[in-house]
Amino acid sequence: MPIIVNGREAPVPADARVSLLDFLREHLELHGTKKGCNQGACGACTVLVDGERILSCLALAVQYDGREVTTVEGLANDGALHPLQQAFIDHDGFQCGYCTPGQICSAVGMAHEAARGVPSHVTGDLTATEIALDHDELRERMSGNLCRCGAHNGIVDAIAQVYAEAGA
Amino acid sequence: MSTAESRPAVPIVPEGWTPKAGSDPVLRAQHGLIGAQVSRLDGPLKVRGEARFAAEYVMEGMVYAALRYSTIARGRITTLDTSAAEAAPGVVLVMTHRTAPRMQPPPLFLTAPKAAGGSSLPVMQDDSIHWNGEPVAVVLAETQEQADHAVSLIEVAYESATPRTFEEARAHPRTPDSLVGQPVEVLVGDAEAALADAPHSVDLTYRTPRHSHNAIEPHAVTLGWEGEELVVHDASQGVKLHAWTLAQVFGIDEDQVHLTSPYVGGGFGGKTLWSHHVLGAAASKLAGRPVRVTLSREGVYRLVGGRTQTEQRVAIGAGDDGRFRALIHTGLSAMTPYNALAEQFTFPARHVYATETLKTDQQVVDMDMLANSFMRAPGESVGTFALESAIDELAVALDLDPIELRIRNEPDRDPSSGLPFSARHLSEAWRAGAERFGWERRVAPGTRREGEWLIGMGCATATYPYHRFPGGSARIRLDQTGHVTVEVPASDMGMGTSTTQTIVTAERLGLPLERVTVAYGDSSFPGSMLAGGSGQTASIGGAVIAAQRALVEQLLALAGGESPLAGLTADEVGGRDEGLCELADPSRWDSYAQILQRAGREELTVVAAASEPDEVQAYSMHSTGAIFCEVAVNAVTGETRVHRVLGAYDCGRIINPKTAASQFRGGIIMGIGLALMEETGFDERSGRIMNPSLAEYHVPVHMDVPRIDVMWTDIPDPYAPAGARGIGEIGITGVAA
Repeated sequence: MPIIVNGREAPVPADARVSLLDFLREHLELHGTKKGCNQGACGACTVLVDGERILSCLALAVQYDGREVTTVEGLANDGALHPLQQAFIDHDGFQCGYCTPGQICSAVGMAHEAARGVPSHVTGDLTATEIALDHDELRERMSGNLCRCGAHNGIVDAIAQVYAEAGA
Repeated sequence: MSTAESRPAVPIVPEGWTPKAGSDPVLRAQHGLIGAQVSRLDGPLKVRGEARFAAEYVMEGMVYAALRYSTIARGRITTLDTSAAEAAPGVVLVMTHRTAPRMQPPPLFLTAPKAAGGSSLPVMQDDSIHWNGEPVAVVLAETQEQADHAVSLIEVAYESATPRTFEEARAHPRTPDSLVGQPVEVLVGDAEAALADAPHSVDLTYRTPRHSHNAIEPHAVTLGWEGEELVVHDASQGVKLHAWTLAQVFGIDEDQVHLTSPYVGGGFGGKTLWSHHVLGAAASKLAGRPVRVTLSREGVYRLVGGRTQTEQRVAIGAGDDGRFRALIHTGLSAMTPYNALAEQFTFPARHVYATETLKTDQQVVDMDMLANSFMRAPGESVGTFALESAIDELAVALDLDPIELRIRNEPDRDPSSGLPFSARHLSEAWRAGAERFGWERRVAPGTRREGEWLIGMGCATATYPYHRFPGGSARIRLDQTGHVTVEVPASDMGMGTSTTQTIVTAERLGLPLERVTVAYGDSSFPGSMLAGGSGQTASIGGAVIAAQRALVEQLLALAGGESPLAGLTADEVGGRDEGLCELADPSRWDSYAQILQRAGREELTVVAAASEPDEVQAYSMHSTGAIFCEVAVNAVTGETRVHRVLGAYDCGRIINPKTAASQFRGGIIMGIGLALMEETGFDERSGRIMNPSLAEYHVPVHMDVPRIDVMWTDIPDPYAPAGARGIGEIGITGVAA
């Protein structure tokens, strides 16, 4: 079975060593997903698999046979920016732009996790069915996505605007 | 007496640059573009993931590189068996010192105007090893996976000598030739005697560890030879410098290197020329195929030097009124014989405070390590940590408010050179910042407690010098529709340069933003520029001023007798409403498009070189700022949490508040990292960096970063292009103190 990337089918690579990240970047030339450390420490390679955020550098492409992968290139809808992409521009949530696709994909997945009630280290009520993304929740949950330019305030404001208006 | 400063004590107003208020014509333009909040113009590309970085260019027939790094710091290679690697699937080439082409060492930074080498060591030319991590072999293969596997099959053995440690080497320090072109020692009076006589004094030692830039984009280059021409897609802070330096290595003309670098995934001083460029180009030459070198994260630590370690002494003697009678800042840093950066941590003390006597001096100790290099505010970052910490200690000794102590020692001219300041409004920044931050609510240290947390406030001065590098040029092309394209060989690692320069150019020429395109990051553009020293905005500004003047002169010549502008000179006109008008009578106006159309010209192109940066000979030019923070320290665990930070800056005019705020915040956050968590672990026994990963080198993450407030005086510097001094590096200064 092929891997479905942004709605399109792509055959799995013959070389089992190819990571999902390298598959996207080198085989499909989808360079939007970034390689920052290739060891799961920076979050730049974050993509969505069946709606959940994963680190594509720690995943082998062959494991994702038949799964639906969404990269930053797949977020825009018919050319219109995803609301989060626009919010990143409006809040200056980046400078160099290299961690940005990972931050954006991670935030989309993170919002789903909070909505499902998945707790974080700073969650007070572990039994809550839905968790409001206040400033601490949002920062804690996004801490796996490093930014070295120091756009953290803008990133958090952009995500809060889209996902946490009520809770922020 | 200033023993070493060669600058004249009496300011010389240089010919041609006319440093009078309003010297840059854009200072009198009133179109409202400068100072407006503008979202970065490359934003849509970046959020879509469509901005193309160096490792994302695809060249026909390209192969992938993998590097093998030495595991000793000093010695020579005794065994280097590449046979298994050569036989591995997909391998195209294995290059070692035995097979590498003969190449010149890369010219070292600061040794020539366009030299960009981080180290002057020859690259893979013999069996000697100079640092732990030096590349000993390069494998090229059809895929990255094949290259990575094959490089692991190479057998290497060494004859190893014991590397020099800091403690051993400190017995034999040497005095560097200069500190980035400035004198090493500056003496005013007898500071040691004045310190001994002062009624109040502190005399303290501070040590700072090594730091690494850790731009999220690892260093990468995609390159290939087309005959004798080298085409390079790079991640570069200085495209002309990289092209020139590579040309020297390979003995070709600089025009034979065509290097582009439109997007750079973070630089911070690290995206300069290192051995991966040279090795990639050499291997490509041997293999006859284009090559992509993407350093692994560990590879970045092995090949790209960072900030070195320092040991600093700061001693201050003061009178009962708190005024400084002696200021001494001296110390040591680790360095190599192959590089040029001693980490000029004594620079802030030369310019920031009034003092009766002054002594600054630095020495270096040579170690067997990767050449250390520029990292955001080299010198000022760790230098302000020591200096400002000592001033806080003195404030405690004097029982004086630390802000009051700093304001009392505000100089009326540069304390080391005697030059007047071009503009200095630091006291205003202190007062405005203190009010906004709520400094008056500060209580005695250790007295505010919330549960386990002790909460306190602190402050420090931030400072960074103004730079405008010589050699800048700009090309301006005006077409018949009235659209202007500016070409400058600049780099934008995320500072917002392209957006900022679009704003300034539109303001200069009286155009809307959408009628201006700023093209950059291409070595075929005229002149030379470096995105470093917080000087690029001024350097571009100086070049565009010159090019605009050439453009206006040509337009006036083309305008002809029927133009309302007939008879006017370039000094008498300015840009307005997509054309030129007489400054004295703006109703005399002619549009750019009409001038070209009447003259039958499809376009008009001018190239002009910036004036020499004489303003720094006549004035002491520095960005300054006041940093405030509120920090909680856990009384049980010692954990430190930063609650809020305010930076109040005096950096001249702020061109785009939106991107400027991000530059300041970014610097402050790197300063939080410097203060609380960042350290490149260095094992002195092996000379090896022990935490070459983002998992073990801790940079501030979202949870570490509080809301950071920034404000600025916004008072134009009359002697800087567009009135703007640098903002890129000052943010990191002062924060750690």
